Amino acid sequence: MPELPVLTVKDFASDQDIRWCPGCGDYAIVNQVKKMLAKTGAKRENTVFVAGIGCSSRFPYYMSTYGLHSIHGRAPAFATGIKIANPDLNVWVVTGDGDGLSIGGNHLMHILRRNVNVKILLFNNRIYGLTKGQYSPTSETGKKSPSTPMGSIDLPLTPLSVALAAEASFVARCVDVDKNLAEVLARAEAHRGSAFVEIYQDCNVFNHGAFKHATAKDVKEDNIIRLEHGKPLIFGKERNKGIRLTGDYKPEVVELGKACKEDDLIFHDEDDEKLAFMLSRMQHPEFPEPMGVYYAVKDDCYEDLLTLQVTDAIEQRGEGSLEKLFNMGDVYDVE
Amino acid sequence: MGTGTKQDTKLVTTSEIKSAVVRFAGDSGDGMQLAGTQFTTTSAVIGNDIATLPDYPAEIRAPIGTVAGVSGFQVNFAAESIFTPGDKVNALIAMNPAAFKAHIGDVEPGGVVIVNESEFGKVNLRKAGYEEGYNPLDEGSFDQTYQLVKVPITRLNAEALKDSGLGAKDANRCKNMFALGVVYWLYDRPLDTTIAQIDSFFGKKKNLPEVAKANIASLKSGYYFGETAEVFPVRFHVAKAAIAPGKYRKITGNEAVAMGLVTAAKLAGKDVCYCSYPITPASSVLHALAGMRNFGVKTFQAEDEIAAVCSAIGASFAGQLGVTGTSGPGLALKSEAIGLAVMTELPLIVVNVQRGGPATGLPTKTEQSDLLQAMFGRNGECPVVLVAAQSPGDCFDITIEAVRIALQHRVPVIILTDGYLGNGSEPWRIPDPDSFEKIEVQHPKDPEQFQAYARDENLVRPWALPGTPGLEHRLGGLEKQHLTGNVNYEPANHQLMMEVRKQKVERVAKVIPPIEPYGDASGDLLVLGWGGTHGSIFTAVENARKAGKNVSGAHLRHLNPMPSNLGDLLKNFKRVLIPELNLGQLRLLIRGKFLVDARGLNKVQGRPFLVEEITQAIDLMLDDEFGDREYLRPHDGVVRLEDQDYDFTSIDGRSG
Repeated sequence: MPELPVLTVKDFASDQDIRWCPGCGDYAIVNQVKKMLAKTGAKRENTVFVAGIGCSSRFPYYMSTYGLHSIHGRAPAFATGIKIANPDLNVWVVTGDGDGLSIGGNHLMHILRRNVNVKILLFNNRIYGLTKGQYSPTSETGKKSPSTPMGSIDLPLTPLSVALAAEASFVARCVDVDKNLAEVLARAEAHRGSAFVEIYQDCNVFNHGAFKHATAKDVKEDNIIRLEHGKPLIFGKERNKGIRLTGDYKPEVVELGKACKEDDLIFHDEDDEKLAFMLSRMQHPEFPEPMGVYYAVKDDCYEDLLTLQVTDAIEQRGEGSLEKLFNMGDVYDVE
Repeated sequence: MGTGTKQDTKLVTTSEIKSAVVRFAGDSGDGMQLAGTQFTTTSAVIGNDIATLPDYPAEIRAPIGTVAGVSGFQVNFAAESIFTPGDKVNALIAMNPAAFKAHIGDVEPGGVVIVNESEFGKVNLRKAGYEEGYNPLDEGSFDQTYQLVKVPITRLNAEALKDSGLGAKDANRCKNMFALGVVYWLYDRPLDTTIAQIDSFFGKKKNLPEVAKANIASLKSGYYFGETAEVFPVRFHVAKAAIAPGKYRKITGNEAVAMGLVTAAKLAGKDVCYCSYPITPASSVLHALAGMRNFGVKTFQAEDEIAAVCSAIGASFAGQLGVTGTSGPGLALKSEAIGLAVMTELPLIVVNVQRGGPATGLPTKTEQSDLLQAMFGRNGECPVVLVAAQSPGDCFDITIEAVRIALQHRVPVIILTDGYLGNGSEPWRIPDPDSFEKIEVQHPKDPEQFQAYARDENLVRPWALPGTPGLEHRLGGLEKQHLTGNVNYEPANHQLMMEVRKQKVERVAKVIPPIEPYGDASGDLLVLGWGGTHGSIFTAVENARKAGKNVSGAHLRHLNPMPSNLGDLLKNFKRVLIPELNLGQLRLLIRGKFLVDARGLNKVQGRPFLVEEITQAIDLMLDDEFGDREYLRPHDGVVRLEDQDYDFTSIDGRSG
């Protein structure tokens, strides 16, 4: 057997110049994605990146795989069509907080509940970048922006809560400049079904520092929890803090020590939907924000079940014959 | 209409007639669509030509007994070729006062009116909006104008089923079969086709043998009632039509679209990916295809109209036959995505079963008012190919043609049908599955010199499929650089690409047939139509020609691009009349494109043209009576010059 050529990170770069603003968090993500593809032995020809509209959605142009830069908010629908037509393709959706949660919120919800085997990377920068800085559905209330000079008055969405409520089978969060991005991408790649990954991404032009709490070296370990399946929820630079359930089943931050042992903490369980939802509600500054895989369960994929219906129908009724189809119903002869 | 009578064994004469129009009307829960469909199937099976017009309310169960809740089914069946469901009703079956009230005006004087007398009580009369104490059945004038036959259908049906074991409510649901039985007797039709279908549906499929038995009992009771009660002085017989020999079945436009898609996909070696969101009157295309999984058909009920078209485009990108189906409001939602398909130059089929608009409009009624939306309803210069079916059966042929164009020219094709075609039926001569030309589609494999936006002589770019090594490329909605397909904002490139996309669609004209007029190739008047109005226009033109008038007709099945000989044809006529079920959309295109002083007959009443309306417009055109009017409109089935000006301030709006 001839040895298959091994693709490197560079092999996944297209010949187009990247046009994101210098210093944009998207650079780190595109590099990590290329690395992940090289590492997992992905084939360029079998990989398709689908995006909607927005800064993040230019992503497909910078990859040397197949790509579709579609229309605003609709990438999940295009991706679903691609998977229905050819389930063998390795399909990734790249979207943002505006594209995925505002104009395309409906499609995101439905691709997740169908569990189409598509990986969805939602770059959350909590702002509209491409249209120059309006507030987004994940901007904090009171956000001052060109369209909200007196501050925004609506509550933001929490992407992971939305994904969990939409019956997603894989939900994770990571940060553009953190080492956990590579781990989460690899886990998403390996998941069979809709994988939803929220990536905290810094828009250094319109919303710089939105995730400072999760990126600044001196404070980040006090502000995030790195999730590990089966392990207690411990965090902090000194790894001396944890999350415990109160008597009325609410999370609370506790200091580890005599009064609180590791065994008293919550242990992470990727199969536990209720825990995942609770984790998704933990927000800075009240809580450290969990990073990593919140939830991962095995379930049937939409396109597999659809293909199965086709094979079942052929098995039961025989391969469709036009002759039979045309002659269905009341056929009569005219002489 | 009678051409001869003979004495039956009983004292009932049978009158031989060439054609008849029967309308079943009742409450929307009365099963009138089913009764009408059964009557149609039986008529087709015994060899009549048929054309139908189902007419039902938008509400599944509108308030019982009201005029708003009346559901009607009209069938025209004949011993000769017919192309419309008929202008005037020869026999009306009215299951309640509301149905009577809503439809009596369409019955020809002297026509048969069978009323379900049991339902003409005080309450139902009030619900139908009749004045307290008034019952139209007591009115002498109805009796004199029509052959009014009062049958207590509800009561007789209940008696017929008293030992059936069915509860009163279930038994009552069989009364449509009783009514159908009466009409079968009146028109001398056999019961066997309907009995077989009742058996197979209720008996076998639903496993409700007692319900099957009851329905059959009702049907027979109705038939025997006609035979024995001697309430009809005459019954009618419509002989077989002289139809071209062959095997036939009845087909609706929506069934034909579904079968056309499956056929075309087979011819192209593709799978149908039909992505759709339920919408009246297009949903039955989705239902039909969902039942054809063994043809490799994948149906996807998307979360909305936009997701439907986007997933269809995704399926095309991945190499299958991406199709979406909808009606007017859905087409509006799909417009941005159709633009993407134009930009990415991927094949896409959009089926638009038109209904009355704008907005939600008249969901269950027919109209042709999406022509300009289909033609222009997108941002930017965004040409697509546009075809329109002219009859239920033609929905099959036009669909195959549309798929051929879309796959070979990498362009979205919008198929326009309408509620009338989609739900209406006609006999369909079953084609030989081997008689169709294959649809050749090439997918490049060779990475050598591959360019995603290089073009062939038809300006068609290669359709390279994900999964092919070395042909990786990125598509998208941003302007493409000529040849490479990379994002490009240069002025000259944008101009070039706009012209390329326009020219690419225009070159489709090379593969569509020329338009062939019926009648003469030149003369005083050309009646030009498109889409579902073909039957009425064709019949009116043929009638006019038989009467010695210098009129020809032509019907457009290709609206963009139009057949290349259309301009010459138009020039050969002194006058051009364009009847449309809109306010002049094809007329605008024809005037703009060919600088022809075309005039219109424009009806937007939720119903197809009557032949008579077109006939009158033809006469007015020939007599140069239109004057400065760009179009005329019919009122109550009549086109009169004095009816043309609305007084928008008066209560009914009508002048004079």
